[in-house]
Amino acid sequence: MNAIILSALLGVVMMFSGIVTKNRTAITYIAIAGLIVLLLGNVLNTYGVFVLHIDTHSMLNFEKFGLFFNSIAIAATLIYVVLSGRDIEKVGVNVAEYYALIFFVLCGVSILSSFSGLLMLFLGIEIMSIPLYILTGADKRNLKSNEASLKYFLMGAFSTGIMLMGIALIYGATGSFGLGGTVRITAATGLPMHTSFLEVAGLLLLFVSMCFKVSAAPFHFWTPDVYDGAPSVFTSFMATIVKAAGFIAFVRLFDAHTEVLGPTWKLLLAFVIIATLLIGNVTAVFQQSIKRMLAYSSIAQAGFMLFALYGGNDLAKEGILLYTVAYSLATIGIFAVLIKMKDYTFDGFNGLAQKEPVLAFTSTICLLSLAGIPLTAGFFAKYYMLASVVDAGGSLWLVIVAVFFAAISVYYYFRVIQAMYFKEGEAATNGVISQGFKTGLLIVAGLILLFGVFPSLVLNAFYF
Amino acid sequence: MTPVLLILIPLLTGLVTFFIKEPKAAKNWALLSAVITLAVALTAIFSKEQPGFDATWLPDLGSRFTLLADGMGRMLCLLTAVSFPLIFVAVYKNDYKHTGSFYALMLLSQAGLMGVFLAADALVFYFFWELALIPVYFLCSLWGGEKRIAVTFKFFIYTFIGSLLMLVGILFVYFHTKDHSFALQSFYQVVLSAKQESFIFWLFFIAFAIKMPIFPFHTWQPDTYEQSPTATTMVMSGIMVKMGIFAVIRWLLPIFPHASAECANVIIILSVTGMIYASLIAIRQDDIKRLVAYSSIAHIGLMCAAMFTHNKTGLEGVMIQMFNHGVNVIGLWIVADVIEQKLGTRKFSELGGLAQKAPVLAILLVVMCLANIALPLTNSFVGEFLMFNGLFQYNIWMAVAAGISIILAAVYTLNMIQKILYGNTVAATEQATEISGNVQVVLVILAVLVIVLGVYPQPMIDLTKDTVNAVLMNH
Repeated sequence: MNAIILSALLGVVMMFSGIVTKNRTAITYIAIAGLIVLLLGNVLNTYGVFVLHIDTHSMLNFEKFGLFFNSIAIAATLIYVVLSGRDIEKVGVNVAEYYALIFFVLCGVSILSSFSGLLMLFLGIEIMSIPLYILTGADKRNLKSNEASLKYFLMGAFSTGIMLMGIALIYGATGSFGLGGTVRITAATGLPMHTSFLEVAGLLLLFVSMCFKVSAAPFHFWTPDVYDGAPSVFTSFMATIVKAAGFIAFVRLFDAHTEVLGPTWKLLLAFVIIATLLIGNVTAVFQQSIKRMLAYSSIAQAGFMLFALYGGNDLAKEGILLYTVAYSLATIGIFAVLIKMKDYTFDGFNGLAQKEPVLAFTSTICLLSLAGIPLTAGFFAKYYMLASVVDAGGSLWLVIVAVFFAAISVYYYFRVIQAMYFKEGEAATNGVISQGFKTGLLIVAGLILLFGVFPSLVLNAFYF
Repeated sequence: MTPVLLILIPLLTGLVTFFIKEPKAAKNWALLSAVITLAVALTAIFSKEQPGFDATWLPDLGSRFTLLADGMGRMLCLLTAVSFPLIFVAVYKNDYKHTGSFYALMLLSQAGLMGVFLAADALVFYFFWELALIPVYFLCSLWGGEKRIAVTFKFFIYTFIGSLLMLVGILFVYFHTKDHSFALQSFYQVVLSAKQESFIFWLFFIAFAIKMPIFPFHTWQPDTYEQSPTATTMVMSGIMVKMGIFAVIRWLLPIFPHASAECANVIIILSVTGMIYASLIAIRQDDIKRLVAYSSIAHIGLMCAAMFTHNKTGLEGVMIQMFNHGVNVIGLWIVADVIEQKLGTRKFSELGGLAQKAPVLAILLVVMCLANIALPLTNSFVGEFLMFNGLFQYNIWMAVAAGISIILAAVYTLNMIQKILYGNTVAATEQATEISGNVQVVLVILAVLVIVLGVYPQPMIDLTKDTVNAVLMNH
């Protein structure tokens, strides 16, 4: 609860801070302070301390899983603002508004992590998405940014329509916005499942619109263009925190509903997973721009995160949290470096190791983590995903297919490492890289390695 | 405690080496570290009890940081510990750009190798398996030949696919252990159905076969050996390929006893095919490094075939030969490196008459080459004899087919000696001089090892006796 209230309030505070001061750096510091307050508020929530006591009429359900994810999302945003705050200031004139929008996105994220009815799911998705449409178009003199924003908005609106349709159908079938209402009743009477056509159709529509939000194939087409067109700082935010929140909502939604769909559900999901892995990984191989490569790689990573849905056990739930941590850290790190580069192509990174050894080293750690090499957090993230499916049993073939795609992903991640270390060139950066930025990157790399050796640090914080 | 030291010393000293700017200091530091590791390894060999180590790592996952030095593990640790100082001395006069990073990565790969040979927990094993690979990838890509980037990338992706398949296999076995644990002992007690066993067996075997490499998974090997800086090639072909053989004996044979007996025929046929195939290609080579690379495939093929015969003599032969092959092949690589550094070429067609100019090199090279052919009184003879004996007990025709590769080995090895050392001097060798003192010392040490282990191999057999018995007991 605290996170929802505080993030909404802080968003308003950020909007007004733009009137009080024109000093951009000061605004960034206010945002950082706000994020720390938000993080504290959310952590206190876990201990039962509330800002306001509000009866949500069980439309929201604050359990550990969601609250812990909030902490992850807020902490990741904090790291993101600390690393890339300077670059957010450079996007345009309305710095305070950007931060306000980021807080509103976090408000949507906190609703998504705790909804217990379809109505709240819809609200959360909308509150999260609308600020993003604006952020995508933040670079308003850039045609590509405008195009991306419009495209994102139209596609997003369309998928929202599909989601509403799905919710309406489910409401028609069950008479409730509740999650998995029918499942509970059947479990109590012990009778065989009786599901109506309406409910199944509604669930499928929900599934489609959620696939759209997390950019799973074949609903991924907006992703590369939007990620590429949006200002790079905001791409970083969209590809990490927002995407992770989409997955948490996805897992929460279908955790309760899978039994309604029966065995066909697994087949459908397997199809989506393989399509996502195939399109993400194979297309990423052929990219010339690292920014676009990362867009496709984020689709590929989504394919792995979908394993959490497929496994559907406790390992999967733990795993998706670890995955969001690992993936967010690595992606924020690599984007922070990318933003500093003049040239976004692979050749633009040639010889970076000579010029900026710290940048090259930290992005190598991030890339190794994305590729899932042991000793980095990314390994255990993938490990949990694979383990949850192996544990669920019967789908070893899917795991083996996924493993081959993971090997393909090494190809494009390592191309960046090759450019930085093994090729000669003059990697040009925008201005001088500050010492503070380097320290921040080293801390991110250190966290990735730390969680790579002791993943229980993350998971114990979940159970504590 | 000793096993931890074997991993920690190279790991920590390696990390420090990254920050040593002065080339000479980096070299000395790395050499010092390698010598200390050797001393620790020697104490481990002579200690009476089986040294082990156990610490909590990931309690939720059922994985503990467990190390165990059985006979085979100790022998391979000894091989690793002996090889690194020798390699460092042999390449002491070579100049590598960014010397500090070069030696740092070398030491890190040593830590990874030690970890693989000592791990008694599947997840720990997997970690070290990868940890050994990554420094080697960077070593080859940064200091290798012209085509290094493409070639080592192929090598990396090849082995990475193998590792991931193995990971799937490890996970599968893990979920079938009674106590949900990655411990070696729990893995040994797993009972799988015949169908599951033979499927998971291949997931593991492909990973190990790529590493060894066994025909038809060998295509990365000659290119990578050729393009890598020779110091790294020594590590890869002297020690890293033993990871594959070690892993089969430590993990594959005991966990999947039925599948490994069932698939033995296929694997032995593949290995023997690979032996003959590689030997035939070796005859046509014009490059020292490529020739040694192919000859190495042939030797590894014999070891792989002998492992799957499941009899005592065969396994004993594999044990001895793992050590001996490491010694011999490192010797050959050192010679290849010296010739390349001195004369700027590795091609036989551009060499000749080197014996007149460098008699010491000639004598030592001949000793190494004779060991490569497995002549009696050299160390390889003992190992190969035992392995052929084992193969003979398994199937006469396999032994005959494998025997052909011995004849072929003599053909290409003697051909190499003749072309490099004898005949008239040519333009490249006209100005050649004797090899320097440090290389002489290393080659002499290796030559002594060749002869001593050839005449008196009993200590090696005694050292690895417990592993051989343990493996055979499971059948």
